Amino acid sequence: MSPSVPLQEMIRAIRSARTQCEERGVIQRECAAIRAQFRQADNGGRSHTLAKLLYVHMLGYPAHFGQMECVRMIASPRYSEKRVGYLGAMMLLDEKQDASLLITNSIKNDLSHSNQYVQSLALCTLACMGSAEMCRDLAPEIDRLLRASNSYIKKKAALCAVHIVRKVHELGELFAPVARSLLSEKNHGVLHGAVVLIIELCERNPETLERFRKTVPDLVQIMKGLVLSGYSPEHDVAGISDPFLQVRILKLLRILGRNNEGASDAMNDLLAQVATNTDSTKTVGNAVLYETVLTVLDIKSESGLRVLAVNILGRFLLNNDRNIRYIAMTSLQKIVGTDHNAVQRHRGTIVDCLKDQDASVKRRALELSLALVSASNVRSMMKELLLFLSSCPAELRAHAASGIFNAAERYAPSQRWHIDTMLHVLITAGGDVRDETVPNLIQLITNASELHCYTVHKLYRALLTDISQQSLVQVACWCIGEYGDLLLRGDCQETEPVQVTEDDALDALETVLQSHMSSPATRGFALTATMKLSTRITDNVDRIRSIVSIYGSCIDVELQQRAVEYNALFKKYDHMRAAVLERMPVIEKNSPGHTNGESTKDIPTAKLKQGEPLLPPQQPANQVCDLLDLLGGSEETLQPSPAFGGTVPGPCINAASTAGGDLLDLLGGLELAPLTPAPPVPVYDKGGLTLTLTCEKQSDTGLTVTLTASNSTDSDISSFTLQAAVPKSVQLHMKAPSGDSLPARGAAKVTQMVVLNNPNKVNLKMRVRISYTHQASAFQDTVQIDSFPGLDAAGH
Amino acid sequence: MIKAILIFNNHGKPRLIRFYQYFAEEMQQQIIRETFHLVSKRDDNVCNFLEGGSLIGGSDYKLIYRHYATLYFVFCVDSSESELGILDLIQGGLSAAPARAVSAVKNMNLPEIPRNINIGDLNIKVPSLSPF
Repeated sequence: MSPSVPLQEMIRAIRSARTQCEERGVIQRECAAIRAQFRQADNGGRSHTLAKLLYVHMLGYPAHFGQMECVRMIASPRYSEKRVGYLGAMMLLDEKQDASLLITNSIKNDLSHSNQYVQSLALCTLACMGSAEMCRDLAPEIDRLLRASNSYIKKKAALCAVHIVRKVHELGELFAPVARSLLSEKNHGVLHGAVVLIIELCERNPETLERFRKTVPDLVQIMKGLVLSGYSPEHDVAGISDPFLQVRILKLLRILGRNNEGASDAMNDLLAQVATNTDSTKTVGNAVLYETVLTVLDIKSESGLRVLAVNILGRFLLNNDRNIRYIAMTSLQKIVGTDHNAVQRHRGTIVDCLKDQDASVKRRALELSLALVSASNVRSMMKELLLFLSSCPAELRAHAASGIFNAAERYAPSQRWHIDTMLHVLITAGGDVRDETVPNLIQLITNASELHCYTVHKLYRALLTDISQQSLVQVACWCIGEYGDLLLRGDCQETEPVQVTEDDALDALETVLQSHMSSPATRGFALTATMKLSTRITDNVDRIRSIVSIYGSCIDVELQQRAVEYNALFKKYDHMRAAVLERMPVIEKNSPGHTNGESTKDIPTAKLKQGEPLLPPQQPANQVCDLLDLLGGSEETLQPSPAFGGTVPGPCINAASTAGGDLLDLLGGLELAPLTPAPPVPVYDKGGLTLTLTCEKQSDTGLTVTLTASNSTDSDISSFTLQAAVPKSVQLHMKAPSGDSLPARGAAKVTQMVVLNNPNKVNLKMRVRISYTHQASAFQDTVQIDSFPGLDAAGH
Repeated sequence: MIKAILIFNNHGKPRLIRFYQYFAEEMQQQIIRETFHLVSKRDDNVCNFLEGGSLIGGSDYKLIYRHYATLYFVFCVDSSESELGILDLIQGGLSAAPARAVSAVKNMNLPEIPRNINIGDLNIKVPSLSPF
């Protein structure tokens, strides 16, 4: 067994290890020596050994075997051992460890020790890792110590009380009276502790807050003393007397003055005095000023004072020190909602901060700039923001892009400007925008009918330069497909004419289709656009036919399906092709599927269909049905196939796969009138829980079953789950249930949809297992369903 | 509320670590590593406030740090603390104190300091590393 080395030797050995492996070796040897030392009888070096263990723990190596040693050392009579023992307890133990319970008794004894340093050790440890039980046990002791005469102990006891209040909120009542009396202390340490305790009490309990409002005059007195007093060497920091206490008192005044006229009035003079008298050349002075400004802005202060505060913030903004600028912007962010005009005055400086190299400052400047965009300054602000977007750090891009979109949406001076801005953003940061941008932009473009020509030219040119930004490429493909004839016509008032031949356009689309950079959704867009061009161009229809038929054997199922459908459109339904592929109607704003969460202010809201995410082409679907009426098809509303638009990826793709087959069926003239939904049939009723069933036939073999559960007992049901089983040849797909808890007395219901597919048309049965928790006990039950309403007896 | 105080050197080796909320040892070391990564990337003339770390407690927390020669002093605080106040704390109060602990390790000569640091609601037991 190697002899134990002094702590410094060990540290030197660890630091001189060249590799991680060597270091681990040194530490393992040391830990073995430490463990051996612990097992030996009491000798003088125990504290030393524990100190070594704590150093090893700090470096990240396991040190749990030292916990019992900590407990032993805390109980030792020697001060040096107690001290390291308590330190070890604070570092190694927390309330989850069992060993922490063992030190409760030691702490209790040490709190009444004659030596104040031992008392302080116990107080520190309790404040650091005291569990709720320990706090409850020892709270009366702490209260007694708070009334002691020793200021050193009172200070520590106050901070321990803060921890107790955080752990066990009810004990706040115990400490409120003594906290009040501590405010008349002279010792700054005790005063500071008392203020922290009062802040904690007020934040947790509004009644306590009311009671402490009466202390505002006392606090004002203390602050005045600090601000106006002369130089005092023990409290001075760079010319300001105890700035830490000043900041703390200002914070308490803020909490007390919030929403209260009386308290705010009492503070007005003081705040004005602090704001004007504090020397702001050093950080210390700025810290006090900052806190004063925050307090003024948060309480009900008079307007002169508010103006003073905003001016101070303006001064901070012009300060050379980046720290000061950063906090100025943070504070301005808080008031930009209420004092908007005051902040607008500083817009120039804020916009300049966008160009600062510091990432934190940039972040703050971006937030504030986005908040400051208004109808009058939108053009200039947008220019700055777009410039920022091209050079901003990667983590801010998505945020900046979405912020720009929102601002553009709200304040766009003209449609052309709006489209230009969105295109610019897509070109600069297309990879970072959110998915809803594409449908939003498309909807915007369709609305601006006089700009179609201009838009499509611009997009075509953008497409030629860069096909890596998916959102941009998707929008460009859509536009080229839709407005291809305008592109090929070549003349356009708004931009320089460029001769685009049909081959060029088809080349561009083919490049997108074949590029490995294009995502599957983008390729879907491109294929549909190619198809649409077949009605808008005259010469190269054969080229389009060949492209489409190639993709009929593509590996991507989505593309393959589209290609096959388009092929069918060429071969069997060529007479309908022109009508099917004609120009899309204007998409209404905010129709379902346009999830426009932020800009809901002035948008005329269309009626939203509840819970149907698949229907952005709802409008075209209606148009399609009109067309089909003309062609003599059925007249029900169908789930539309994206062959008619290819607008939105995602939810539409689902519609495609289910409705693709329907489309062809429909064109062949099959009738698919939906059944009127049958009334719900109760299938289970036991113990207050009722389950009803409704059926809806979707197709010849498909069926959707909806199970609705409700609770008629007097207590809630939680963890409610349903499981279903069906005969082997039937396919079952359970959708997500609407919830898993049933409130009492039928206040709300839970629905679960189950989609069944019965291709072999066997006799349909379903067994449902219900499990839930009611009044803290778990229930489980099974019910068999043999007959489904709306189906005939054989289950077909 | 101060959530953690970390002092580490230019290579990320911890010199003084104090967490005011319980974290498992693995978590603690991970926090130290992530903080070191974030802080060492910073230029010398940028501001001393960092936000956006995901590990140490989510959106409300920011890191306030100061770099002195070979040591980084990092405080992880939430929004109830004054940023400039913490900066003052580092500059005025703390740069003298653990320097003694560090000086014992580095065998440098630094002024004498108290055993317990008690500023605001901060209770630090300075581990005195001289022979007992």
